[in-house]
Amino acid sequence: MNSGTNNNIPIEIHDMTVAYHKKPVLWDIDVTAPEGKLIGIIGPNGAGKSTLVKAVLDLIPKASGWVKIYGQPYTDMRSLVGYVPQKESVDWDFPVNVRDVVLMGLYGQLGWFKRPKKQHIKSAEDSLKQVDMEDYADRQISQLSGGQQQRVFLARALAQDAQIYLMDEPFAGVDAATENAIIKLLSNLREKGKTVLVVHHDLSTIPKYFDWLMMLNMRIIAAGPVKEVFTTENLRRTYGGKLTVLTEAADKISQAGSVHK
Amino acid sequence: MELSAAFWIILTGSLVAASCGILGSFLVLRKMSLIGDAISHSVLPGIAIAFIISASRDVLPMIIGASAFGLLTVFLIEILNKKWRVQEDASIGIIYTALFAIGVILISMMAGHIDLDQECVLYGEIAYTPWDIVIINGAEWGPRPVWFIGTVFIINILFIRTFYKEMVISSFDPALAMSLGFNVSLLHYLFMGMVSLTTVASFESVGAILVVAMLIVPGATAYLWTNRLPVMLILSVIFGILSSVFGYLLATYWESSIAGAMTVAAGILFLVSILLAPQYGLLGKFYNHLKLSVSFASDHLLLLLYRQLEREPQTLVIPGAVYQSTSTGRLPTLLALMKNRRDGRISKRKKHLYLTDSGKEMAHQLIQRHRLWERFASRELGLPDDEHVHESAHRMEHFIDENITEELYQVVNNEKSSKSKAKDKYEKK
Repeated sequence: MNSGTNNNIPIEIHDMTVAYHKKPVLWDIDVTAPEGKLIGIIGPNGAGKSTLVKAVLDLIPKASGWVKIYGQPYTDMRSLVGYVPQKESVDWDFPVNVRDVVLMGLYGQLGWFKRPKKQHIKSAEDSLKQVDMEDYADRQISQLSGGQQQRVFLARALAQDAQIYLMDEPFAGVDAATENAIIKLLSNLREKGKTVLVVHHDLSTIPKYFDWLMMLNMRIIAAGPVKEVFTTENLRRTYGGKLTVLTEAADKISQAGSVHK
Repeated sequence: MELSAAFWIILTGSLVAASCGILGSFLVLRKMSLIGDAISHSVLPGIAIAFIISASRDVLPMIIGASAFGLLTVFLIEILNKKWRVQEDASIGIIYTALFAIGVILISMMAGHIDLDQECVLYGEIAYTPWDIVIINGAEWGPRPVWFIGTVFIINILFIRTFYKEMVISSFDPALAMSLGFNVSLLHYLFMGMVSLTTVASFESVGAILVVAMLIVPGATAYLWTNRLPVMLILSVIFGILSSVFGYLLATYWESSIAGAMTVAAGILFLVSILLAPQYGLLGKFYNHLKLSVSFASDHLLLLLYRQLEREPQTLVIPGAVYQSTSTGRLPTLLALMKNRRDGRISKRKKHLYLTDSGKEMAHQLIQRHRLWERFASRELGLPDDEHVHESAHRMEHFIDENITEELYQVVNNEKSSKSKAKDKYEKK
């Protein structure tokens, strides 16, 4: 892979290493996401799936390497990127209603100080309609079921009207209705030419939901069209046993107290 | 004179409590009450140093000193927690006690040289507020503490109004806020700066210990009453003002410390809220519990009468028998009976109870649901076909609404449920 930039590539990750407390959790990730595809990110627990998403979004520092969004740094392109965090990452007892949460998706466009206006409220309600939650706009978020919480998060990302969506386990712990709503939504996004990356756990649904796959276990095991990379051999390499070499190396580095650059 | 003194004291107390209440609401929501606690103590060395350097009680050096130490506290706690991996609560405990102790030492060393003592630092001197008058060109402009805390109150209101949206998103979902380009840590430090400023302004009135109460109690009380943030902020101000007024009255009655009594009043308001708040209060919970018990009792009642009808149509049921044979207690059963009679499901003729047609229909549905769950429990949950399924159905029948009934129908009437299909598939692999 050349190190130059390409403006047609939604996400290009170049030789990226990410460490927590100086212990690497992602090693030399070098991968690109093709435009207009539904891309699954799979791997065992602790493989660094969420970390990968957060590093792309510049939420955590990189020990080395870089990420480009359509050829530019994330900070210049954040309006093109929508983020759906794990729903457990927030306090659902927070005293706001569903509409308030969806409006947060528009805060980026609004910028500092400006308040949401009528058109923003309307667009938040349109987003709710797309996930079949329009009747819940005034509902307190503490009264939602797990599936409804997830749909509110999706509506919030839709309100961002992004080109690229990064979703962290949207299918985790949701009911059948929500699962169907998410599937419908994903295919709508694909029709509109959006690029969607989804951290996913359920292997049995991968061929059905996704076009493309990143198989991750501290490093990229395989990345490519589902038909090509979703093989028993790759699954075994992703999930089979621990990657003792990398784990030991990470421990050594963390004890030494620095990461080489 | 006496009346106007009371007025100034209550006004000062209200402004302290309201300023602290607004910021405290956000501290509570951000799960940072302990940080507020820490700041309110660790600004002390800042105040002492400002006193020593400026040799006066001027406001500006005090604000600068206190804010510097407030932010230093937050910074040091973060360093200990993130870089040295000390637990967050331990970090807070270490930093604020250390800084507070330094403040106490500085003040005790300077005792006699400066007009500041430990007593005042710990308990405040709100009682002297009316006599600490600002005099400009010989004219009296009201008590100095009122001007100070009043200004801070207005700054707090402006801060929250200006950064409302940013405060909400960074408190609820900091990761999203960062990904959208909001400088979450800058806002965090701004907010901590506001807490420091408010603490200094409150300090000389109510003292270090009671500032903590004012920062946390009104906000936590307001949170019990509502789940709308704007309402919560307004309520925290109202509870602050109420604490101040009742506190003053209590202090006059007890002839005690005013600041102490105001804090006790805040505590009493909190206790009352625990009892009365509609959704989270004990009374609200009791009401919800009773409502649930009544609906259980109602189901039991209908089933009892229905089974009686099936078995021995001639047997008559008197109300007394009903109380003995249901397990939900007398009061819920009585209320359930009244409700069903009002809704025309049960009628009473010559002291005996009968199901009306709509009552029969309702009981029939209940039995169907019960049986549906028994079938589901035996087939899908793998419970043995005896007491187990019956007990399970007995517990569940109250909770099965139309949606669940529909789903149960599908599961039970399909040849195989999705779950057992998935299992088959897995086993084939």
